[in-house]
Amino acid sequence: MHATGGAIRSQYRAFSDWLDGTPADKIARKRKEAERAFHRLGITFAVYGEDSGTERLIPFDIVPRIIPAGEWLTLEQGLKQRVKALNLFLHDIYHGQSILKAGVIPAERVLSNSQYRREMQGMEVPGGIYAHVAGVDVVRAGEGDYYVLEDNLRVPSGVSYMLENRKMMMRLFPELFATQAIKPVEHYPDLLLETLHAVAPASEDHPEVAVLTPGAYNSAYFEHAFLAQQMGVELVEGQDLFVQNDAVYMRTTRGAQRVHVLYRRVDDDYLDPRAFRADSTLGVPGLFAAYRAGKVTLANAIGTGVADDKSIYPYVPDMIRFYLTEEPILNNVPTWQLHRDDDLRYCLDHLADLVVKEVHGAGGYGMLVGPAASAAERDAFRVRIIANPAKYIAQPTLALSTCPTFTESGLAPRHIDLRPYVLSGRAVNLVPGGLTRVALREGSLVVNSSQGGGTKDTWVMTA
Amino acid sequence: MLCRTANELYWMARHIERAENTARLLDVTYRMSLLPYDAVEPGLAWAEPWAVPLITSGLATAFYERFPQLSAESVLRYMILDARNSSSIFCCLRAARESARAVRGAITSEMYEDLNSAWLEMRGQNYDNIQLSGVSEFLGWVKMRSHLFRGVTFGTMLRDEGYHFIRLGTHIERGDNTARILDVKYHTLLPSATEVGGAVDYYQWGALLRSVSGFESYRKIYSDVITPRRVAELLILRQDMPRSLHSCMNFINETLAVLCDDSSTEIRRASGELHAKLRFARTDDIIRFGLHEYLMEFLDRISDLGDEISSHFLVPTF
Repeated sequence: MHATGGAIRSQYRAFSDWLDGTPADKIARKRKEAERAFHRLGITFAVYGEDSGTERLIPFDIVPRIIPAGEWLTLEQGLKQRVKALNLFLHDIYHGQSILKAGVIPAERVLSNSQYRREMQGMEVPGGIYAHVAGVDVVRAGEGDYYVLEDNLRVPSGVSYMLENRKMMMRLFPELFATQAIKPVEHYPDLLLETLHAVAPASEDHPEVAVLTPGAYNSAYFEHAFLAQQMGVELVEGQDLFVQNDAVYMRTTRGAQRVHVLYRRVDDDYLDPRAFRADSTLGVPGLFAAYRAGKVTLANAIGTGVADDKSIYPYVPDMIRFYLTEEPILNNVPTWQLHRDDDLRYCLDHLADLVVKEVHGAGGYGMLVGPAASAAERDAFRVRIIANPAKYIAQPTLALSTCPTFTESGLAPRHIDLRPYVLSGRAVNLVPGGLTRVALREGSLVVNSSQGGGTKDTWVMTA
Repeated sequence: MLCRTANELYWMARHIERAENTARLLDVTYRMSLLPYDAVEPGLAWAEPWAVPLITSGLATAFYERFPQLSAESVLRYMILDARNSSSIFCCLRAARESARAVRGAITSEMYEDLNSAWLEMRGQNYDNIQLSGVSEFLGWVKMRSHLFRGVTFGTMLRDEGYHFIRLGTHIERGDNTARILDVKYHTLLPSATEVGGAVDYYQWGALLRSVSGFESYRKIYSDVITPRRVAELLILRQDMPRSLHSCMNFINETLAVLCDDSSTEIRRASGELHAKLRFARTDDIIRFGLHEYLMEFLDRISDLGDEISSHFLVPTF
């Protein structure tokens, strides 16, 4: 909210004036109201590793994160460019592999990656689209410079919080929306449904879409149900589906009914016990065969994980140059790949300044934030790195932007990131905004909800 | 609609209805237990009013396995709060909320919000709290939450299949519960029914009627003393009495007419037959046949109908 000099950034001025002019007890009341409403609405997520079935609220902060129109324009173009290149990359590595042949990315980085699905080789997917829904995590460092932290191309979650946060803000502070020109995000479910229709098997005029969830105990179950309801499609579990003659059917009260597009929120490994993990009870036996036969579209496609892997991440700018012959609009965070000896040595020498992440990790688990860690924690992590350097990458800690946030000791700056959701169907689309996550602990850079992060509404201004 | 979704909605409705009926039964028992002892005729089964809710729900055996002594406190604890008694109000609301959560896309957000907040409040309850704020107040709260949820459902939900399965669950559970309440009460009350019109009858039959919100209706319809025969007529055959067996079967039959197609003729036949039997029955014939026998047969039939619905719509094998 504040520029480097300490002045209030212009887009926050109106909000800041409003905040100054609003009695503190009203704000306190509204914050309580928000918390109660989120509880009553059941907008919760399950926390792994705690008592099974523990439902927790993600803390919601009423101070919005505000992005000026010009900044968003660049961000939007950069995101579209990046996701286009990632989809081209996925198509390429499962077909001609031109990027590997050209030596832009070492072939073994891709082909021996555990996320590379040999089963997908040579298979055509509708529109050549693999990552229909991408959640690209970006951070701002400095004035308007955005860096991509990671590209989530498997089953990115959080979009329901983006929508619920907006709804909550409009309910709590309608006066703010009346006086400020904030771009709407509420049409996301429509855009998603349009995207899913666009990638249905070619012969279908009226494709039937369903959302496939692992079930009510999944941490993102609320979101699965929410999106199905908003799109007006069925929310199915594996047990609700069966495959006959390579076609997928739902068990309904009127008998079997065809499904053409599955917006699946189940990981690749669990989709089909016949093709992947045999012990999966979440999947549908025969689903992969139906997929290969082109009778059902899976969104996202199987095998997208290879493109958002942290060992491939450093090559994304080169992908953009290779496929689109454009210069990347968004920056990558400089990344040391610890399978390289030089990078490993540098990393071990500068552990206190770096963030070290597992290549296949997600959700903020298994990472070291050097500056925040104790010497003992760093030493313990050093041992793990040395034991298996290829498992890790390291990045500098950026001077992440902060946003004022309500804390126990009043308003204070906290680090934030942003996850916009990029949809690829007939075209590449995104709603103006995304999910802003905030690290609630002072100085912390980790925004994941599983690690005590919170969320904020994200305002993209019209001018 | 997905079979699993229909199944969850059906059981969500049944569990809410069951919680309400349990609350009704406990409330009447509680009020009776507050009456002076000589108003309730010592020596009869009625002297143990707290056994009635257990017998009605078929839980007496399970109860005595857990509690050595029958007392107001032990029955209230068991029927309201016990997490190991799947018919307790606590478990019914939990199950209803779990079902709603499992299919929350199939109900309106108002419905989920309403049921979820009822559950959150229920979860925060304990025996001391209930005693402190009043047992009747608490049971009244349960009834009101059930009314509220039905109202929210009626007022917000699309009249789609889901709505019909909810309605089906509600009325199958309600029919079952009314038949049970009538049967147990009738048994315990009948010995004293020879002398009609005394204070005992007034309170005891009055309590039975109140437990199904039928006291005022009785007065309106008969404007006379309460007799067992009329109580049976009101709760079995009057179709304008919303908790009577006939009324429940009206709802069930209408709903099945919407849900069934050519593949489900057996369900329609079974429901139609049960409905016709109520529609064309005469009170005197029922009394002559034996009220207990009549109600037992009804319970069997409606349970069979529930099984048919389940195997055709809710958990089919294909």
